[in-house]
Formats: sequence, C-alpha cells, structure tokens
Amino acid sequence: MYLTVVIMLPLLVAVLLLALPRLPERAAMGIWVATTAAEVALVGWMWWRFAAEPSGSYGTEFGYEAKVSWIPTVEAGYHVGVDGISLPLLAMTAVLFLVCAVWSLAERRRPRTYAALFLFLQTACMGAFAALDLILFFVFFDLTLVGMYFVIAGWGHGDRRRSALKFFIYTFVGSLALLVGFIGLFLGGDERTFDMVSLTAEPPLRDSPVAAGLVLLAIGLGLAIKTPTFPFHTWLPDAHTDAPAPGSAILAGVLLKLGTYGFVRIAMPMLPDAWQRWAAVVVVVGVVSAIWGALVAFAQQDAKRMVAYTSVNHMGYVLLALGAAGLAGQADAEARGVATVGAVVQMVSHGLLTGALFLLMGVLWARGGTYAFGRWGGLAGPAPVFAACFGVAAFGSLGLPGLSGFIGEFQIFAGSLQAAPVAVVIAATGIVITAGLFLTAIRRLLTGDTVAPTPAKSWGLNDMGAREVAAVAPLLALSLLIGVAPRVLLDVIEPAATTLAALIGG
Amino acid sequence: MEVPDPNTSAAGIVLAALVAFPAASGGALLVAGRRADRFAGFVSVAVAVAACGLAAVVATGRPVLSLPFMAAVDGGSLSLAVDGISAVLVVMVTVVTLAVVVFAAADLPADAARARFFGYILVFLAAMLLTVTASTVPALLIGWEVMGAMSYALIGYFWHVRGKISAGTTAFVTTRTADLGMYVAAGAVLAGAGTLDLSGLAALSGGWADVAAAGLFIAALGKSAQLPFSAWLSAAMEGPSPVSALLHSATMVAAGGYLLIRTMPVLESTGWAIHAAAWFGVITALVLGAIACAHPDLKQALAASTAAQLGFVVLAAGVGASAGGIDHLVGHAGVKAGLFVAVGAWLTALGATRAAGLRGAGRRYPAMGAAAAAGCLVLGGIPPLGLWATKDEILAATHGPALLTAGLAASALAAVYAGRILATVLGGRAPAHELDAEEHGTRRVPAVATAVAAILALASAGMGALALPPVAHSVKELLGATGEPAPSLSSMIVTGGIATVLFVSTVVWRRTVMRLADTPLSEWLGLPRLLSARPVLAAARFAAHADDHVLDRAVWGVAFGARRLAAMVARSDDGGIDRAVWAVASGARRSAGVAARSDDEGIDRAVLSIAAGVRRLGRAARRPQTGLLHQYFILAASGLAVLLALLVVVG
Repeated sequence: MYLTVVIMLPLLVAVLLLALPRLPERAAMGIWVATTAAEVALVGWMWWRFAAEPSGSYGTEFGYEAKVSWIPTVEAGYHVGVDGISLPLLAMTAVLFLVCAVWSLAERRRPRTYAALFLFLQTACMGAFAALDLILFFVFFDLTLVGMYFVIAGWGHGDRRRSALKFFIYTFVGSLALLVGFIGLFLGGDERTFDMVSLTAEPPLRDSPVAAGLVLLAIGLGLAIKTPTFPFHTWLPDAHTDAPAPGSAILAGVLLKLGTYGFVRIAMPMLPDAWQRWAAVVVVVGVVSAIWGALVAFAQQDAKRMVAYTSVNHMGYVLLALGAAGLAGQADAEARGVATVGAVVQMVSHGLLTGALFLLMGVLWARGGTYAFGRWGGLAGPAPVFAACFGVAAFGSLGLPGLSGFIGEFQIFAGSLQAAPVAVVIAATGIVITAGLFLTAIRRLLTGDTVAPTPAKSWGLNDMGAREVAAVAPLLALSLLIGVAPRVLLDVIEPAATTLAALIGG
Repeated sequence: MEVPDPNTSAAGIVLAALVAFPAASGGALLVAGRRADRFAGFVSVAVAVAACGLAAVVATGRPVLSLPFMAAVDGGSLSLAVDGISAVLVVMVTVVTLAVVVFAAADLPADAARARFFGYILVFLAAMLLTVTASTVPALLIGWEVMGAMSYALIGYFWHVRGKISAGTTAFVTTRTADLGMYVAAGAVLAGAGTLDLSGLAALSGGWADVAAAGLFIAALGKSAQLPFSAWLSAAMEGPSPVSALLHSATMVAAGGYLLIRTMPVLESTGWAIHAAAWFGVITALVLGAIACAHPDLKQALAASTAAQLGFVVLAAGVGASAGGIDHLVGHAGVKAGLFVAVGAWLTALGATRAAGLRGAGRRYPAMGAAAAAGCLVLGGIPPLGLWATKDEILAATHGPALLTAGLAASALAAVYAGRILATVLGGRAPAHELDAEEHGTRRVPAVATAVAAILALASAGMGALALPPVAHSVKELLGATGEPAPSLSSMIVTGGIATVLFVSTVVWRRTVMRLADTPLSEWLGLPRLLSARPVLAAARFAAHADDHVLDRAVWGVAFGARRLAAMVARSDDGGIDRAVWAVASGARRSAGVAARSDDEGIDRAVLSIAAGVRRLGRAARRPQTGLLHQYFILAASGLAVLLALLVVVG
C-alpha cells in the first residue's frame, strides 16, 4: 500500500491539477514542488527502513510488496515491490523530479499542464522501477514515452516536433520488440505467467537455447534502443537538444535507466543461460558504445549534444559490466559481483550527474538561446557559481574520485577485467577521451575572454539564481556524498547485486 | 594486528585527521570563495603547521586505519598504513608543503583569488598524504587521481590568461592516460589475488602479475614525467611558481617513483618489469638531463631536471635500491622546491623566467642568490652534499656496464645543468630591456621567500650526512631496507670528482654550454608532439560524421523502407489478403452449408463479420500513406491491445 501511494501520488495530484482549472498557476507550481518533495520524503523513509536490513536474495524477496490480480487468466497483475536495485533508482528518480520541479518554477508556458505532465511522467517512471509484473512494467515503460513525447513536443525548442516524433517512433519500436520478448517469456514458462518473481524463481526456456536466445534478442533490442547503445542511439542527441532542460534531465537521468534496469531486472535473471551464452556480445556492444559515445561527444560543437553523447559512453560501461557479469566461465563470482555493483552505482551516479549537466545547459539556454561552444566563453568571470557547478559536474562525469562516477566506473573496470581483459582495457580508454572532452568544454565555456550571444549581453548580472542553484546543488551534493561515503548506497545495492551475479553463474 | 581496533585508537584518529583535516579545510576555502581571500593564506599556513605536527605523530606511532568504502571484497576498504617509507614521506610532504605555502602567501598578488589557490593546495596536500599512506588500491587511486585534478586546477589557476587551461588540460589528460594503468592493475590484483589490498600484489603470479606490473609501471611513468610522457611537465610550468615548487617538483611528480619502490616485489616477480624500470629511468635521466642543460627558460630547465632526477628514483626501483630511491626522492624534493622558490621569487620581482632576464639575479638579490647557489651545488651532486650521497646509493646497486655507464653519464649531466643555472644567476646582470618579459616585476624579493629557499636548500644539502655509513645504515633500518648495498668510498670519490670537475668546467666555459640553447633540446626534442590530441580528435570527427551521416540515415532508411513495406502490405491487403479472407469466409459458409443446414447460422455470421472487419481494417491501413507517421503508431498500439485481448481469451 505504501509503495502504491508513492507511485500513484503524483498521478493523483496531476489529475487534481487538471481538474481544477481555476487554480492559480503559481499555486499549481507550488503544489507540484510540494508533491515531489513529499515523494522524496516518502522514498527517504523507505530507504531508511530498507537499509536497516537489506535483502540478500535477488529477484524473489521484495520490500513493500503489493499484489492485486488484474488479468488473472495470464497471471498479469498489479504487482510492485522494491529491492536493493530498484530502491536506489526510485530514490534517484524522486530526487530528479524534485529538482526539476524546483527548476521549472520559472516556467511561463502553460505551467499547470506542464506540472501535471511531469507528475504523470513521475508516476510512470516510479511505477516502471517498482513493477514486478512484465505487463505492468511494459505499461509504465510506454507511458514514459508518451509523457516525454509531449514534454519535448510541447515545451521544447528548435525542431522540437521532429525530434519528439523521432524519439517516440524509435523508442516505441523498441518497446514493441520488448513486448514480443515478454510474450516469449510468458509462452516459454511452465506456469504461463507475467509475474517477474515467478519468472525469476523458475526461469523459462531453460531447455530451449534457441528460443531463449531469440527472446533475449527481442528483449535486448528493446532495451538497447532505450538505453541507448550503439548503433541505436541516434534518437538521443536530437531529443536532448530540443527538449527543455528538465525534460533532458529526466530523459537522460531516469528514462535511459529503464533500459539498463530492464537488463538487470528482466533479461539477466529470467534468461540466465541465454545471458551467459550471449554475454560476449553484450560486452562488445558495451565497449563499442563507450568508445563511440566518447569519440562522437568529443567532436560536438554544441555543448548539449556533447553532454547527450556522453550518456552513450556511460551506459556503455554499464553494459560492459553486465556482460562481464555473464561471463561466468571466465571469472569468479566475486569479481563479477563487483562489476554488477558498479553497473548499478553507475546508473544512479549517471542520473545525478547528467541531470545536473543538463540543467546547467538549461542555464545557458535561458540566457543566450544557444548551446554552441563558439557562442560562449570566459563564463568563469561573470558567472563563478555556474563555473563551479559545471566544473564539479564535469569532473564527476569524467570519473574523478571523490564524486559518484568513480565509484561506479572503478568497480566496473576492476570487476570486469578478469572476465574480459581486452574489452576492459579498450573501454577504459574511454575515460581518457571523456576527460579530454570535458576539460575542452571547460576551456571553451568557462575560460579565456568572456563571450556571450547577443541576448545575453547582461550576463554580468546573471549568474545562476537561487532557484537554479537550489535545483543543481542537491544533485552535486549527492554525487559528492556517494563519492566520499559510498557505503550509504552500496549497503543497499551490494547484497542484491552480488546475488544476481552469482545467479548468472549458478 | 596487535592493536585490537586500530580505527578507534588515538594514533588511528590522528592518521585519519592527517588526511581529512587538510581536505576539509581546503574544501571549506573553496566553498567560501572570494569571501575567504583575506585570511586564506593564514588559514593554510596554520593547517600546514598542524599537518606537520600530525605527520610527526603518525611517523612515530605508525598507525593503521581502515574505513569501509567500496567493493564487498577484501581490500575494498579505504585503508591507510604507515610504515618506514610512508613515515619518511608524510614528514617530507607536510614540511615541503608548509614551506611552499609560506612562500605562496608572500608571493601571490594580494588581489588574487587566494582562497581558491590555497583551497586547491590543501586538497592536494590531503590527496598526496593519502597516496603515500594508502594500503589498498581504492585509497591509492583516490589520492592519485585527486592529485592530478588539483594539478590541473592549479596549472590553470590564472584561467583568464590564454594557454594556462590548455596547459593544465595537457597535463591532466596525459597523466590520466597513464592512470589507466592503475585501473587495469586494480582489476588484475582483484582477478589474480581476490583482493584489492596492495599486499595482494606480491601474491600475484603468471599473467595477472604481468598485467598488474605493466599497469603500475605505466601509471608511474606518467605521474613522474618519465619518457615517453615527460612533456606534460613542460606544460605544467604554466602554473604559478609555488605550484611548480610543490606539485611539479617535490611531491606529486615524485609519486610515480614512490609507487614503483612501493610495488617492487611485483615488478621483480615478472622479471621484465624491473629491467624496464631501470632502463626507462636511466634513459629519462639522460635525455631530460640533456634538455635541462640546454633550455633557455630556467623554469623549463628545472622541470626537465626534475624528470631527470626522478629518473634516478625510477632507476632505484629497477635495481632494488629502495632506500637510495627514497633518500634521493626526499633530497631532490628539498633542493628542487628551494630552487623553484628562488626562480619564482625572481619571476615576481623581475618579471622574467628566461635565462636572458634572470642573468645576474643572484647579484641583485644576494641572499636569495646564495640560497640558489647552495641549491645548484646540491643539484649538481657536489660532495659532500645531499644528492651526491643519495645518488651514489642508487649507483651502488646498479649493475651491468651499460646501465652503470648510462647512470654515470646522467649524473654528469646533472652537474652540467646545475652549473649552468649557477653561472646564469650569478653572472653579469641582465640589461633592463630583458626584464619584465613575462609579467610586470615588483623588484622586491620578500625576506620570507629567501628564508624558505635557504632552509629547503640547506636541508637537502645536510642530507649529505647519508654518506656516513652509520647514518646510512640507520636510515636503511628505518626504511626496512637493511640488506641493500652501500657505495664504496672509491666510487663515491669518483662520482664526486666527476661532478665537481664538470660543474666547475661548466661555470668556466658557460658560453659554450649556453650555445646548446640553439639545438632542438630547447624544444624538448619534440616530445610535446607525442602528447598531441590530434589523432584522437580526427577519430572523433570521423565518428561524429559517421554517426550523423551513416548510422542516423540508416535508421531513417529502415523507417522509410518499413513505411513502403506497409504501403505494399496495405495494397496486397486489399488485393490478396482481403480476397483470401473472403474466400475463406465464403468457403466456410459453403462448408457450413454442406455440413449442417440450419444450426450454424451463428458461426457463419461471425465469420462474415470478421471478414468485413478485416476489409475495413485494410481500408484503414491504407490511410497512413498520407505520411502521418504517428497514425501508424496509433494503429500499432491498438494492434497491441487486440493482441493482449487475444492472450487473455486464449489463456
């Protein structure tokens, strides 16, 4: 019940906001911020209770479980719960939606609808992370697409309709593949169920490697588009460039995680044999994504596109680790466990840091209407707070110890090396390219002579305001907290993630 | 462990404070920003004094500390331990930091962003102390990489000046490239020994030992500016003088040599890595020593000589002279920090770093001149001063004629470049037009700067006491290296003699030596070109182009292909499938009529209505050819709904 409240509260408020057309716009925004803050508090309480005794099993024991039968004939139902992998993602989602609400307080275009749309999106995201039923997951998964489509098309800029449509078509095709895979899982099981817990406890298609491989292909394709990995990532830069800053933050911070989370929650535990068999492919896709994403990001002349492409790089590391976790023949469970933990940490860390980076890109857009590197320069002088925030976020994103990115990437590399040494050495060069591209971005945007596009002549009076700082600073603070005291996060993740790694080998 | 719970013991808390206190103070200064400018210098001197005190306690108490940190494997914790080597290094690092911070407080312009500067310096101090006390890979890597980041921030401290941030970027990206080795080594020790504890390195064997050794070796070469990475140190000279004195001569660059000495067992176990270390070290000492002889810019010459001197430390790790290596590292830290303080003070006073402008600087400011002269004598390896004794300890362990000859040649070069620097700063005064080439000089050398330079030079000169066997022996005991060879008296006389003769000759024939400035040596032999990002940039542009023009277009191609296919399907639907369904339907009707006359009116009607429905769908499916793509997806979604309903029914 508690978890259901956490999931449905934003939707409820969204309906209220739309049902009360006479509500003043400012009040609507206030309600939005209050709702997201309440969500953070609710998830925080869950975290508090959960961290006291984290579950050591994977995929079978869940906290805050709720189950209501919905389509009994196929054993599909409303089944939700949290464990050590979904809880950190739920928490990250709640925080990101809160800071986006704070950020959007200045939104002047149809703010009430905007708030309702984001609240709807929040329910969809939280629901997808908490879902323990494939159909429920699929429904929430698709609802996020719908929500994000309208955010980009309605509140974006530039060629927003085209970008939104491209995003929608692309990821919708992905979700169709996902559905085919889910039906395969349903048909392959002895029990004929969509329930994730049952499917994890008794993985379907154990005796038919070809069918399992095909089902994995379908699911993997759907998730790879969502994640996105090479070569399915080309929807991402367009969608980001034309999305409003909070939209980008949610898209990169939360929606991409649905892809990687799907691997961890569905593909790996439900098709452990197939995952093991095809792990090498996953590793290769991860490595190619990491290097390709970093290289393409390096060549961008548009700061926001650059940030967008770094997501491909960072998600590539996640896939590398998850693939390595599947190479049970090459590595012991301990190292694969470290890699899996690293992958989950990387998801959380990327959500925080890329969220911050996209909001900082929003600072540029709000002042100059452009993200082009050539139009900005020397901002450290007139905008020291912006410079400091961008510096911290950039170093976090390039994996500097002391910030969260390092905790993820170090464990990914150290844990995967035994299983896939060559792949890790190649992928690790990605952190050098990322270092180069972020330092180049710092040089272009922050140092040298001050340059600003025409509308921003008054930049001198216009460093980040209190609202913008209030939105970005918590993300950076959390990244620092995870970087300095990672046990806060690892105590929750480790039991579940190491069990998952052992499950693949078992 | 004899201590029941090291974390809660007083010494353990002191060790934690040694790292955490500078880190927290530095962080506070950075957050406070310009508001803290006025008292930042004072605060950081106080913190450095406190750190010296804590270091002394730690060096005598030898505590260990372990905090839960990362992976759920052995050694994933943040563990610190102080042994003999660490004890020596924490004292050296805190003392040199104190000296440089005092100098910086006097040297930095009053209107500079001092809180930012000292904040970075204190965070750096914490990272360096973490590096030299770390006993697990995560702890080591944190210190190691944060040092690099602070180096970047400090090189680019005057960010508004063109070229400074680029220089910092070059330095950071180069050292980080080498740092990849440490990530790989971490994975290797986890794979091979199931632990992330540094002690696990010694337990490695076979392939994992090779991988770990190679990784650590590359990381060390990068950090210590050894070949082929040396040129980043040239770029690093763009930083303010105190930064060159502290990070880029005394402490951070020395960390590579320290790491190799610390991990000598795994280097030895591979067989090849130990020889590689010896040769990379000695060749760096030769090549960079030659550059130091030639470079017309004194900061650049000192940077090259830093890499060359650290070459001896790397050589020490390669020949198993851990005590000699650590002694040399410490001695070099003092003398080089002192010389950078002298050159830095003159840069502030005279506005020049090139030899042309600094000529006779020692005569203008005689006290600083004397300190610099003392530093040059030590750097040149003149007996009975510090580096003469420490270098001989390393050479005593060096075997094989080729390696030994190269080592002797490298130490001869040290005498030449030290003599040249001495001849420059004590030569005839530079004409006024050569001054203020870099910045506007103040024509004032603060007394505190002179004192700092003198103390640092004298301290490392005093390390000549290591030439006395009892002193050397007790130091070896302290460092846990009692079995290592000691130099013979005759060899010490020979090296001291060579150094003295060459030093004096250089001073006498300085014009000849200074002609070296016209050779490629003054361009660092093209080494900076090795660090060019151009190939990566070219690859990046290619990838970006391919991304936009191949991948993206391919996807759209597939999409349009699918649309054409859909159109074809819609057509065939009308023509083929629709008719087929009709045929089936009418066939069914006929068969129904044949099979049973009256009863199956229901089925018949159902089939008919399905057929009609399909026909209607076929017509509807044609509609999207108008190009409204999203209608496809409404269709697809309703198709899904049907599919779901079907599943429900079937189930």
